[in-house]
Amino acid sequence: MSGLKWTFEVDGNDFTRAGEASSSLKKKLRALGVSPDIIRRVSIALYEGEINMVIHANGGTIDVEMTPDRIDMVLKDTGKGIPDIEQAMQAGWSTAADEVRSLGFGAGMGLPNMKKNTDEMRIESTVGVGTTVYMTIYIS
Amino acid sequence: MQEFFHSVTLDRDKCRGCINCIKRCPTEAIRVRNKKAYIIAERCIDCGECIRVCPHHAKRATCDSLDILNKYKYTIALPAPSFMAQFNNLEDIDIVLNALIDFGFNEIFEVAKAAEIVSAATRKLMESRKLPRPVISSACPAVTRLIRVRFPGLIDQVLPLHAPIEVAARMAKRAAAAKTGLPLSEIGAIFISPCPAKVTATKMPLGTEKSWVDGVVAVSDIYPKLLGLMKDAASHEIAMLSETGKIGLSWGSSGGESSGLINDNYLAADGIENVIRVLEDLEDEKFRDVDFIELNACSGGCVGGVLNVENPYVAKTKLYRIRKHLPVSLNHLEDADLADPKLKNDLSWDTPLEFVPVMKLDEDVFEAMKKMEQAEEICQSLEGLDCGSCGAPSCRALAEDVVRGLASIDDCVFRFKEKNGYVPAPFRSEQVGVKDGKEETV
Repeated sequence: MSGLKWTFEVDGNDFTRAGEASSSLKKKLRALGVSPDIIRRVSIALYEGEINMVIHANGGTIDVEMTPDRIDMVLKDTGKGIPDIEQAMQAGWSTAADEVRSLGFGAGMGLPNMKKNTDEMRIESTVGVGTTVYMTIYIS
Repeated sequence: MQEFFHSVTLDRDKCRGCINCIKRCPTEAIRVRNKKAYIIAERCIDCGECIRVCPHHAKRATCDSLDILNKYKYTIALPAPSFMAQFNNLEDIDIVLNALIDFGFNEIFEVAKAAEIVSAATRKLMESRKLPRPVISSACPAVTRLIRVRFPGLIDQVLPLHAPIEVAARMAKRAAAAKTGLPLSEIGAIFISPCPAKVTATKMPLGTEKSWVDGVVAVSDIYPKLLGLMKDAASHEIAMLSETGKIGLSWGSSGGESSGLINDNYLAADGIENVIRVLEDLEDEKFRDVDFIELNACSGGCVGGVLNVENPYVAKTKLYRIRKHLPVSLNHLEDADLADPKLKNDLSWDTPLEFVPVMKLDEDVFEAMKKMEQAEEICQSLEGLDCGSCGAPSCRALAEDVVRGLASIDDCVFRFKEKNGYVPAPFRSEQVGVKDGKEETV
Protein backbone atom coordinates (compact mmCIF):
# COMPACT_ATOMS: atom_id res chain seq x y z
CA MET A 1 0.00 0.00 0.00
CA SER A 2 1.13 3.52 -0.53
CA GLY A 3 1.59 5.57 2.59
CA LEU A 4 1.58 9.19 3.63
CA LYS A 5 4.02 11.32 1.68
CA TRP A 6 5.58 14.65 2.52
CA THR A 7 8.09 16.74 0.65
CA PHE A 8 10.20 19.46 2.24
CA GLU A 9 12.24 21.99 0.32
CA VAL A 10 15.42 22.84 2.22
CA ASP A 11 16.53 26.43 1.67
CA GLY A 12 20.30 26.52 1.38
CA ASN A 13 20.57 30.28 1.35
CA ASP A 14 19.27 30.95 4.83
CA PHE A 15 21.20 29.10 7.50
CA THR A 16 18.84 30.36 10.21
CA ARG A 17 16.07 28.18 8.71
CA ALA A 18 18.08 24.95 8.98
CA GLY A 19 16.27 22.28 10.98
CA GLU A 20 12.75 23.47 10.23
CA ALA A 21 11.89 20.45 8.03
CA SER A 22 12.71 17.93 10.74
CA SER A 23 10.87 20.07 13.28
CA SER A 24 7.71 20.10 11.17
CA LEU A 25 7.92 16.35 10.48
CA LYS A 26 8.25 15.82 14.23
CA LYS A 27 5.00 17.71 14.78
CA LYS A 28 3.20 15.61 12.15
CA LEU A 29 4.42 12.34 13.66
CA ARG A 30 3.33 13.49 17.11
CA ALA A 31 -0.14 14.30 15.79
CA LEU A 32 -0.27 10.80 14.27
CA GLY A 33 0.51 9.27 17.65
CA VAL A 34 3.79 7.62 16.60
CA SER A 35 5.73 6.35 19.61
CA PRO A 36 8.12 8.87 21.21
CA ASP A 37 11.16 6.67 20.62
CA ILE A 38 10.51 6.42 16.87
CA ILE A 39 9.84 10.18 16.70
CA ARG A 40 13.11 10.87 18.45
CA ARG A 41 15.12 8.67 16.08
CA VAL A 42 13.41 10.01 12.95
CA SER A 43 13.81 13.63 13.97
CA ILE A 44 17.47 13.29 14.99
CA ALA A 45 18.41 11.45 11.76
CA LEU A 46 16.50 13.88 9.58
CA TYR A 47 17.79 16.88 11.55
CA GLU A 48 21.42 15.90 11.03
CA GLY A 49 20.81 15.22 7.34
CA GLU A 50 18.99 18.50 6.86
CA ILE A 51 21.77 20.47 8.59
CA ASN A 52 24.33 18.78 6.30
CA MET A 53 22.29 19.83 3.25
CA VAL A 54 22.34 23.46 4.41
CA ILE A 55 25.95 23.61 5.59
CA HIS A 56 27.56 21.66 2.76
CA ALA A 57 25.23 21.47 -0.22
CA ASN A 58 23.25 24.70 -0.53
CA GLY A 59 19.95 22.99 0.26
CA GLY A 60 17.87 20.40 -1.57
CA THR A 61 14.74 18.30 -1.24
CA ILE A 62 13.59 15.84 1.41
CA ASP A 63 10.97 13.19 0.58
CA VAL A 64 9.41 11.28 3.44
CA GLU A 65 7.08 8.31 3.05
CA MET A 66 5.39 6.66 5.98
CA THR A 67 3.51 3.36 6.00
CA PRO A 68 2.21 1.62 9.14
CA ASP A 69 5.45 -0.37 9.42
CA ARG A 70 8.21 1.95 8.19
CA ILE A 71 9.37 5.51 7.54
CA ASP A 72 11.56 6.13 4.49
CA MET A 73 13.46 9.38 4.03
CA VAL A 74 15.29 10.47 0.90
CA LEU A 75 17.51 13.56 1.14
CA LYS A 76 18.63 14.80 -2.24
CA ASP A 77 20.94 17.68 -3.00
CA THR A 78 22.91 18.97 -5.97
CA GLY A 79 25.86 20.16 -3.91
CA LYS A 80 29.57 19.52 -4.21
CA GLY A 81 29.34 15.83 -3.31
CA ILE A 82 31.37 13.76 -0.83
CA PRO A 83 34.80 12.68 -2.18
CA ASP A 84 35.40 9.99 0.45
CA ILE A 85 32.23 8.61 2.06
CA GLU A 86 34.13 6.29 4.41
CA GLN A 87 36.09 9.24 5.82
CA ALA A 88 32.95 11.37 6.06
CA MET A 89 31.29 8.62 8.12
CA GLN A 90 34.05 8.73 10.75
CA ALA A 91 33.08 10.35 14.04
CA GLY A 92 34.81 13.70 14.42
CA TRP A 93 35.50 14.32 10.73
CA SER A 94 34.10 17.70 9.72
CA THR A 95 34.49 20.29 7.01
CA ALA A 96 31.97 22.74 8.52
CA ALA A 97 32.74 26.46 8.54
CA ASP A 98 33.82 28.18 11.77
CA GLU A 99 30.84 30.51 12.00
CA VAL A 100 28.42 27.63 12.68
CA ARG A 101 30.54 26.01 15.37
CA SER A 102 29.37 28.34 18.13
CA LEU A 103 25.88 26.89 17.64
CA GLY A 104 27.25 23.43 18.30
CA PHE A 105 27.67 22.30 14.68
CA GLY A 106 30.80 20.99 13.06
CA ALA A 107 31.57 18.30 15.67
CA GLY A 108 31.72 15.69 12.92
CA MET A 109 28.87 13.68 14.42
CA GLY A 110 26.21 14.27 11.74
CA LEU A 111 26.58 11.19 9.54
CA PRO A 112 27.48 8.85 12.44
CA ASN A 113 24.35 10.05 14.27
CA MET A 114 22.21 9.40 11.19
CA LYS A 115 23.61 5.88 10.93
CA LYS A 116 23.07 5.25 14.64
CA ASN A 117 19.44 6.33 14.63
CA THR A 118 18.30 4.55 11.47
CA ASP A 119 17.80 0.87 10.63
CA GLU A 120 19.10 1.27 7.11
CA MET A 121 21.17 4.04 5.56
CA ARG A 122 22.78 4.35 2.15
CA ILE A 123 24.69 7.29 0.60
CA GLU A 124 25.07 7.88 -3.12
CA SER A 125 27.38 10.75 -3.97
CA THR A 126 29.19 12.06 -7.02
CA VAL A 127 31.65 14.91 -6.66
CA GLY A 128 30.36 17.99 -8.46
CA VAL A 129 26.92 16.46 -9.03
CA GLY A 130 25.39 15.96 -5.61
CA THR A 131 24.49 13.58 -2.83
CA THR A 132 21.43 11.46 -2.06
CA VAL A 133 20.97 9.86 1.35
CA TYR A 134 18.40 7.06 1.84
CA MET A 135 17.32 6.33 5.42
CA THR A 136 14.77 3.86 6.76
CA ILE A 137 13.37 3.40 10.26
CA TYR A 138 11.05 0.45 11.02
CA ILE A 139 8.10 1.33 13.18
CA SER A 140 7.18 -1.99 14.73
CA MET B 1 17.22 65.16 42.27
CA GLN B 2 16.37 62.22 40.10
CA GLU B 3 14.70 59.37 41.94
CA PHE B 4 16.36 56.00 41.87
CA PHE B 5 14.89 52.59 42.06
CA HIS B 6 17.14 49.67 42.81
CA SER B 7 16.34 46.02 42.96
CA VAL B 8 19.42 45.37 45.04
CA THR B 9 18.74 46.39 48.64
CA LEU B 10 20.21 45.84 52.08
CA ASP B 11 18.78 43.84 54.95
CA ARG B 12 20.08 46.08 57.75
CA ASP B 13 19.64 43.46 60.45
CA LYS B 14 21.87 40.97 58.67
CA CYS B 15 24.58 43.43 57.59
CA ARG B 16 27.65 43.42 59.87
CA GLY B 17 29.44 46.21 58.09
CA CYS B 18 32.25 44.05 56.73
CA ILE B 19 34.13 45.04 53.60
CA ASN B 20 33.33 42.13 51.26
CA CYS B 21 30.77 43.98 49.18
CA ILE B 22 32.53 47.35 49.00
CA LYS B 23 35.62 45.69 47.53
CA ARG B 24 33.67 43.85 44.84
CA CYS B 25 31.38 46.62 43.62
CA PRO B 26 32.39 47.55 40.03
CA THR B 27 31.22 51.16 40.36
CA GLU B 28 32.48 51.71 43.94
CA ALA B 29 28.88 52.33 44.96
CA ILE B 30 29.05 51.00 48.53
CA ARG B 31 30.44 52.58 51.72
CA VAL B 32 30.26 51.31 55.27
CA ARG B 33 28.80 53.79 57.74
CA ASN B 34 27.34 53.16 61.17
CA LYS B 35 28.40 49.48 60.85
CA LYS B 36 26.14 49.03 57.82
CA ALA B 37 26.78 48.96 54.08
CA TYR B 38 25.27 51.94 52.37
CA ILE B 39 24.53 51.89 48.63
CA ILE B 40 25.11 55.15 46.74
CA ALA B 41 21.95 55.03 44.64
CA GLU B 42 23.11 56.92 41.57
CA ARG B 43 26.16 54.70 41.16
CA CYS B 44 24.57 51.26 41.60
CA ILE B 45 24.09 49.32 38.35
CA ASP B 46 22.22 46.42 40.01
CA CYS B 47 24.72 43.85 38.79
CA GLY B 48 24.15 41.70 41.86
CA GLU B 49 27.86 41.17 42.66
CA CYS B 50 27.25 42.24 46.27
CA ILE B 51 24.41 39.72 46.60
CA ARG B 52 26.75 37.01 45.37
CA VAL B 53 29.64 37.94 47.65
CA CYS B 54 27.89 38.84 50.93
CA PRO B 55 28.68 36.09 53.48
CA HIS B 56 25.75 37.14 55.67
CA HIS B 57 23.12 37.20 52.91
CA ALA B 58 22.37 40.80 53.80
CA LYS B 59 22.10 41.93 50.19
CA ARG B 60 19.01 40.88 48.35
CA ALA B 61 17.04 41.46 45.18
CA THR B 62 13.56 42.88 45.41
CA CYS B 63 11.28 41.07 42.98
CA ASP B 64 7.52 40.82 42.66
CA SER B 65 5.76 38.10 44.62
CA LEU B 66 3.90 35.37 42.76
CA ASP B 67 0.63 37.06 43.83
CA ILE B 68 1.21 39.52 41.02
CA LEU B 69 -0.75 37.15 38.78
CA ASN B 70 -3.92 38.18 40.62
CA LYS B 71 -3.46 41.81 39.63
CA TYR B 72 -4.29 41.21 35.97
CA LYS B 73 -7.23 39.73 34.05
CA TYR B 74 -4.90 38.08 31.56
CA THR B 75 -1.33 37.08 32.34
CA ILE B 76 1.56 36.18 30.07
CA ALA B 77 4.63 34.37 31.39
CA LEU B 78 7.92 35.45 29.84
CA PRO B 79 10.41 32.72 30.80
CA ALA B 80 14.11 33.56 30.30
CA PRO B 81 16.15 31.22 28.06
CA SER B 82 18.37 30.32 31.02
CA PHE B 83 15.26 29.19 32.93
CA MET B 84 15.11 26.08 30.73
CA ALA B 85 18.55 25.10 31.99
CA GLN B 86 17.48 24.85 35.64
CA PHE B 87 15.86 21.42 35.46
CA ASN B 88 17.26 17.89 35.59
CA ASN B 89 16.77 15.60 32.60
CA LEU B 90 14.51 18.02 30.78
CA GLU B 91 14.05 16.73 27.24
CA ASP B 92 11.26 18.96 26.10
CA ILE B 93 10.82 22.66 26.81
CA ASP B 94 7.08 22.21 26.36
CA ILE B 95 6.94 20.44 29.72
CA VAL B 96 8.10 23.65 31.43
CA LEU B 97 5.76 25.80 29.34
CA ASN B 98 2.76 23.55 30.03
CA ALA B 99 3.57 23.64 33.75
CA LEU B 100 3.58 27.45 33.64
CA ILE B 101 0.07 27.36 32.15
CA ASP B 102 -1.02 24.93 34.88
CA PHE B 103 0.50 27.31 37.42
CA GLY B 104 -1.98 29.97 36.34
CA PHE B 105 -0.59 31.95 33.43
CA ASN B 106 -3.01 32.40 30.52
CA GLU B 107 -0.29 32.39 27.92
CA ILE B 108 3.45 31.93 27.39
CA PHE B 109 5.75 34.06 25.29
CA GLU B 110 9.28 32.70 25.42
CA VAL B 111 11.95 35.38 25.80
CA ALA B 112 14.04 33.08 23.58
CA LYS B 113 11.53 33.70 20.77
CA ALA B 114 12.05 37.45 21.09
CA ALA B 115 15.80 36.81 21.27
CA GLU B 116 15.68 35.18 17.84
CA ILE B 117 13.91 38.25 16.49
CA VAL B 118 16.53 40.50 18.12
CA SER B 119 19.25 38.30 16.56
CA ALA B 120 17.63 38.67 13.14
CA ALA B 121 17.34 42.45 13.60
CA THR B 122 20.98 42.63 14.76
CA ARG B 123 22.13 40.72 11.67
CA LYS B 124 20.26 43.21 9.47
CA LEU B 125 21.66 46.18 11.37
CA MET B 126 25.19 44.79 11.15
CA GLU B 127 24.80 44.20 7.39
CA SER B 128 23.72 47.82 6.92
CA ARG B 129 27.01 48.87 8.56
CA LYS B 130 25.32 51.92 10.08
CA LEU B 131 26.84 51.42 13.52
CA PRO B 132 30.46 52.10 14.49
CA ARG B 133 32.39 48.84 14.96
CA PRO B 134 32.70 46.87 17.04
CA VAL B 135 29.04 46.89 18.00
CA ILE B 136 28.50 46.29 21.73
CA SER B 137 25.54 44.21 22.88
CA SER B 138 22.89 46.01 24.94
CA ALA B 139 21.20 42.87 26.25
CA CYS B 140 22.75 42.79 29.74
CA PRO B 141 21.23 45.72 31.65
CA ALA B 142 24.05 45.80 34.20
CA VAL B 143 26.60 46.20 31.40
CA THR B 144 24.58 48.92 29.65
CA ARG B 145 24.35 50.78 32.96
CA LEU B 146 28.05 50.29 33.56
CA ILE B 147 28.86 51.79 30.15
CA ARG B 148 26.54 54.69 30.89
CA VAL B 149 28.37 55.66 34.08
CA ARG B 150 31.95 54.60 33.35
CA PHE B 151 32.56 54.38 29.59
CA PRO B 152 30.94 57.40 27.90
CA GLY B 153 33.24 57.07 24.87
CA LEU B 154 31.64 53.73 23.98
CA ILE B 155 27.98 54.78 24.12
CA ASP B 156 27.72 55.24 20.33
CA GLN B 157 28.75 51.64 19.78
CA VAL B 158 25.98 50.17 21.93
CA LEU B 159 23.38 48.26 19.91
CA PRO B 160 20.26 50.48 19.94
CA LEU B 161 17.83 47.58 20.22
CA HIS B 162 15.71 46.58 23.19
CA ALA B 163 16.79 43.50 25.11
CA PRO B 164 14.77 40.35 24.25
CA ILE B 165 12.73 40.64 27.45
CA GLU B 166 11.39 44.07 26.46
CA VAL B 167 10.68 42.91 22.90
CA ALA B 168 8.90 39.84 24.26
CA ALA B 169 6.66 41.95 26.53
CA ARG B 170 5.74 44.34 23.72
CA MET B 171 4.98 41.67 21.13
CA ALA B 172 3.12 39.46 23.59
CA LYS B 173 0.96 42.24 25.01
CA ARG B 174 0.07 43.65 21.63
CA ALA B 175 -0.98 40.22 20.35
CA ALA B 176 -2.89 39.39 23.54
CA ALA B 177 -4.78 42.71 23.40
CA ALA B 178 -5.82 41.97 19.82
CA LYS B 179 -6.85 38.43 20.75
CA THR B 180 -8.77 39.13 23.96
CA GLY B 181 -10.04 42.66 23.34
CA LEU B 182 -8.74 43.63 26.78
CA PRO B 183 -6.96 46.97 27.30
CA LEU B 184 -3.18 46.70 27.71
CA SER B 185 -3.53 47.76 31.36
CA GLU B 186 -5.41 44.55 32.19
CA ILE B 187 -2.82 42.31 30.56
CA GLY B 188 0.19 41.51 32.72
CA ALA B 189 3.49 40.49 31.12
CA ILE B 190 5.47 38.78 33.88
CA PHE B 191 9.16 38.04 33.43
CA ILE B 192 10.65 35.00 35.13
CA SER B 193 14.06 36.44 35.84
CA PRO B 194 17.52 35.13 36.65
CA CYS B 195 18.78 38.57 37.64
CA PRO B 196 18.07 41.68 39.72
CA ALA B 197 19.32 44.07 37.03
CA LYS B 198 16.32 43.06 34.93
CA VAL B 199 14.01 44.22 37.74
CA THR B 200 15.63 47.62 37.64
CA ALA B 201 15.57 47.60 33.84
CA THR B 202 11.79 47.26 33.89
CA LYS B 203 11.23 49.95 36.54
CA MET B 204 13.78 52.44 35.17
CA PRO B 205 14.42 51.35 31.60
CA LEU B 206 17.18 52.63 29.32
CA GLY B 207 16.40 53.18 25.64
CA THR B 208 12.75 53.95 26.28
CA GLU B 209 10.51 55.92 28.64
CA LYS B 210 8.46 53.05 29.97
CA SER B 211 8.94 49.31 29.98
CA TRP B 212 6.08 47.04 28.92
CA VAL B 213 7.12 44.39 31.42
CA ASP B 214 4.57 44.55 34.25
CA GLY B 215 6.25 42.36 36.81
CA VAL B 216 9.37 40.37 37.50
CA VAL B 217 9.38 37.20 39.57
CA ALA B 218 12.57 35.42 40.58
CA VAL B 219 13.40 32.04 39.09
CA SER B 220 14.19 30.86 42.62
CA ASP B 221 10.64 31.76 43.78
CA ILE B 222 8.70 29.97 41.04
CA TYR B 223 11.07 27.01 40.60
CA PRO B 224 9.92 24.87 43.54
CA LYS B 225 6.27 25.46 42.68
CA LEU B 226 6.85 24.33 39.12
CA LEU B 227 8.56 20.99 39.78
CA GLY B 228 5.39 19.17 40.81
CA LEU B 229 3.41 20.67 37.95
CA MET B 230 6.09 19.53 35.53
CA LYS B 231 5.82 15.96 36.78
CA ASP B 232 2.06 16.10 36.13
CA ALA B 233 2.57 17.68 32.71
CA ALA B 234 5.08 15.00 31.68
CA SER B 235 2.57 12.24 32.47
CA HIS B 236 -0.06 13.32 29.97
CA GLU B 237 -0.45 14.74 26.47
CA ILE B 238 0.99 18.25 26.42
CA ALA B 239 0.36 21.21 24.16
CA MET B 240 3.13 22.13 21.75
CA LEU B 241 3.83 25.69 22.83
CA SER B 242 7.52 26.28 22.22
CA GLU B 243 8.42 28.48 19.27
CA THR B 244 12.14 28.64 19.81
CA GLY B 245 15.18 27.29 18.03
CA LYS B 246 18.85 26.96 18.88
CA ILE B 247 19.68 30.65 18.63
CA GLY B 248 17.00 31.78 21.07
CA LEU B 249 17.93 29.27 23.74
CA SER B 250 21.63 29.94 23.28
CA TRP B 251 21.12 33.50 24.55
CA GLY B 252 20.93 31.98 28.04
CA SER B 253 24.69 31.58 28.28
CA SER B 254 27.73 33.62 27.32
CA GLY B 255 28.48 33.49 23.59
CA GLY B 256 24.88 32.68 22.72
CA GLU B 257 23.90 36.09 21.47
CA SER B 258 27.02 36.14 19.30
CA SER B 259 26.33 32.69 17.87
CA GLY B 260 23.07 34.12 16.55
CA LEU B 261 24.99 36.47 14.27
CA ILE B 262 26.27 33.54 12.15
CA ASN B 263 29.59 35.36 11.96
CA ASP B 264 32.59 34.15 13.92
CA ASN B 265 34.16 37.59 14.13
CA TYR B 266 33.00 38.30 17.66
CA LEU B 267 34.22 38.40 21.22
CA ALA B 268 32.16 37.29 24.22
CA ALA B 269 33.24 38.15 27.78
CA ASP B 270 31.46 37.30 31.00
CA GLY B 271 31.92 38.14 34.67
CA ILE B 272 31.96 41.79 35.66
CA GLU B 273 35.76 42.06 36.04
CA ASN B 274 36.35 40.58 32.60
CA VAL B 275 33.68 42.86 31.17
CA ILE B 276 35.45 45.92 32.62
CA ARG B 277 38.79 44.77 31.22
CA VAL B 278 37.27 44.39 27.73
CA LEU B 279 35.58 47.79 27.95
CA GLU B 280 38.87 49.41 28.98
CA ASP B 281 40.64 47.75 26.06
CA LEU B 282 37.83 48.87 23.78
CA GLU B 283 38.29 52.45 24.95
CA ASP B 284 41.93 52.10 23.97
CA GLU B 285 40.76 50.84 20.55
CA LYS B 286 42.46 47.50 20.96
CA PHE B 287 39.89 45.47 19.00
CA ARG B 288 39.83 46.98 15.55
CA ASP B 289 38.98 43.86 13.61
CA VAL B 290 36.14 42.50 15.76
CA ASP B 291 32.55 43.07 14.58
CA PHE B 292 30.61 42.37 17.72
CA ILE B 293 31.23 42.37 21.45
CA GLU B 294 28.93 40.41 23.72
CA LEU B 295 29.23 41.25 27.41
CA ASN B 296 27.50 39.61 30.34
CA ALA B 297 27.96 40.87 33.91
CA CYS B 298 27.46 37.40 35.37
CA SER B 299 30.00 34.61 34.97
CA GLY B 300 28.74 32.22 32.34
CA GLY B 301 26.13 34.69 31.10
CA CYS B 302 22.48 34.67 32.23
CA VAL B 303 22.81 31.10 33.55
CA GLY B 304 25.06 32.74 36.16
CA GLY B 305 22.32 35.10 37.37
CA VAL B 306 22.05 35.30 41.16
CA LEU B 307 18.34 34.40 41.14
CA ASN B 308 18.90 31.08 39.36
CA VAL B 309 19.03 27.80 41.25
CA GLU B 310 21.41 25.66 39.18
CA ASN B 311 25.21 25.96 39.09
CA PRO B 312 25.97 28.16 36.04
CA TYR B 313 28.32 25.69 34.39
CA VAL B 314 25.99 22.73 34.89
CA ALA B 315 23.19 24.92 33.52
CA LYS B 316 25.22 25.75 30.42
CA THR B 317 25.71 22.05 29.68
CA LYS B 318 21.99 21.46 30.15
CA LEU B 319 21.15 24.35 27.84
CA TYR B 320 23.41 22.91 25.15
CA ARG B 321 21.78 19.51 25.53
CA ILE B 322 18.27 20.92 25.16
CA ARG B 323 19.16 22.98 22.09
CA LYS B 324 21.02 20.14 20.39
CA HIS B 325 18.45 19.00 17.83
CA LEU B 326 16.40 22.17 17.58
CA PRO B 327 16.08 24.11 14.31
CA VAL B 328 18.63 26.93 14.09
CA SER B 329 15.91 29.54 14.47
CA LEU B 330 12.12 29.48 14.30
CA ASN B 331 11.77 33.26 14.07
CA HIS B 332 12.80 35.34 11.12
CA LEU B 333 12.59 38.92 9.91
CA GLU B 334 12.03 40.03 6.34
CA ASP B 335 12.81 43.56 5.17
CA ALA B 336 9.06 44.11 4.82
CA ASP B 337 8.55 43.21 8.52
CA LEU B 338 10.99 45.90 9.54
CA ALA B 339 9.01 48.53 7.64
CA ASP B 340 6.11 47.95 10.08
CA PRO B 341 6.23 50.86 12.56
CA LYS B 342 4.78 48.70 15.35
CA LEU B 343 7.51 46.12 15.05
CA LYS B 344 10.10 48.87 14.79
CA ASN B 345 8.72 50.28 18.02
CA ASP B 346 8.87 46.83 19.63
CA LEU B 347 12.52 46.44 18.64
CA SER B 348 14.29 49.77 18.58
CA TRP B 349 15.28 52.22 21.27
CA ASP B 350 13.31 55.45 21.18
CA THR B 351 15.43 57.23 23.77
CA PRO B 352 19.18 57.49 23.28
CA LEU B 353 21.60 56.24 25.90
CA GLU B 354 23.21 59.16 27.69
CA PHE B 355 26.31 59.51 29.80
CA VAL B 356 25.55 59.89 33.50
CA PRO B 357 28.72 61.22 35.11
CA VAL B 358 28.16 59.85 38.61
CA MET B 359 31.88 59.50 39.26
CA LYS B 360 32.82 63.10 38.57
CA LEU B 361 34.16 65.23 41.40
CA ASP B 362 32.36 68.49 40.66
CA GLU B 363 29.85 70.04 38.27
CA ASP B 364 32.40 72.70 37.35
CA VAL B 365 35.36 71.45 35.33
CA PHE B 366 37.95 73.71 36.98
CA GLU B 367 36.64 72.86 40.41
CA ALA B 368 36.74 69.15 39.46
CA MET B 369 40.36 69.46 38.31
CA LYS B 370 41.29 71.14 41.56
CA LYS B 371 39.60 68.41 43.53
CA MET B 372 41.29 65.73 41.51
CA GLU B 373 44.67 67.25 42.31
CA GLN B 374 43.78 67.35 45.99
CA ALA B 375 42.55 63.76 45.86
CA GLU B 376 45.81 62.67 44.28
CA GLU B 377 47.78 64.41 47.01
CA ILE B 378 45.72 62.77 49.72
CA CYS B 379 46.03 59.44 48.00
CA GLN B 380 49.84 59.79 47.98
CA SER B 381 49.81 60.40 51.73
CA LEU B 382 47.82 57.25 52.43
CA GLU B 383 49.47 53.87 52.89
CA GLY B 384 47.88 52.38 49.78
CA LEU B 385 46.79 49.15 51.43
CA ASP B 386 43.24 49.44 50.05
CA CYS B 387 42.13 47.66 53.22
CA GLY B 388 38.61 49.05 53.25
CA SER B 389 38.64 49.72 57.00
CA CYS B 390 37.65 53.34 56.41
CA GLY B 391 34.45 52.14 54.77
CA ALA B 392 35.58 53.04 51.24
CA PRO B 393 36.73 50.36 48.78
CA SER B 394 40.23 51.78 48.19
CA CYS B 395 42.60 54.53 49.36
CA ARG B 396 41.82 56.34 46.13
CA ALA B 397 38.07 56.14 46.82
CA LEU B 398 38.62 57.51 50.35
CA ALA B 399 40.68 60.38 48.95
CA GLU B 400 37.87 61.23 46.54
CA ASP B 401 35.30 61.01 49.31
CA VAL B 402 37.43 63.40 51.37
CA VAL B 403 37.56 66.07 48.64
CA ARG B 404 33.82 65.61 48.10
CA GLY B 405 33.37 66.37 51.80
CA LEU B 406 31.92 62.93 52.47
CA ALA B 407 34.73 61.54 54.61
CA SER B 408 37.70 62.63 56.70
CA ILE B 409 41.31 61.65 56.15
CA ASP B 410 41.31 60.51 59.77
CA ASP B 411 38.93 57.74 58.72
CA CYS B 412 42.09 55.92 57.68
CA VAL B 413 42.69 53.52 60.56
CA PHE B 414 46.43 53.26 59.92
CA ARG B 415 46.96 56.99 59.86
CA PHE B 416 44.96 57.41 63.03
CA LYS B 417 46.86 54.71 64.88
CA GLU B 418 50.23 55.95 63.69
CA LYS B 419 49.36 59.41 64.95
CA ASN B 420 48.96 57.86 68.36
CA GLY B 421 52.33 56.17 68.26
CA TYR B 422 51.08 52.67 67.48
CA VAL B 423 52.60 50.77 64.57
CA PRO B 424 49.96 48.57 62.92
CA ALA B 425 50.93 44.97 62.12
CA PRO B 426 51.41 45.40 58.34
CA PHE B 427 54.16 47.96 59.04
CA ARG B 428 55.95 46.17 61.89
CA SER B 429 59.22 44.48 61.05
CA GLU B 430 58.34 41.12 62.53
CA GLN B 431 58.48 37.67 61.12
CA VAL B 432 55.18 36.00 60.78
CA GLY B 433 54.54 32.74 62.60
CA VAL B 434 57.29 32.86 65.25
CA LYS B 435 55.84 32.56 68.72
CA ASP B 436 58.45 31.41 71.26
CA GLY B 437 58.13 34.52 73.28
CA LYS B 438 61.06 36.25 71.59
CA GLU B 439 59.98 37.29 68.16
CA GLU B 440 62.71 37.30 65.59
CA THR B 441 62.91 40.44 63.58
CA VAL B 442 63.77 40.53 59.93
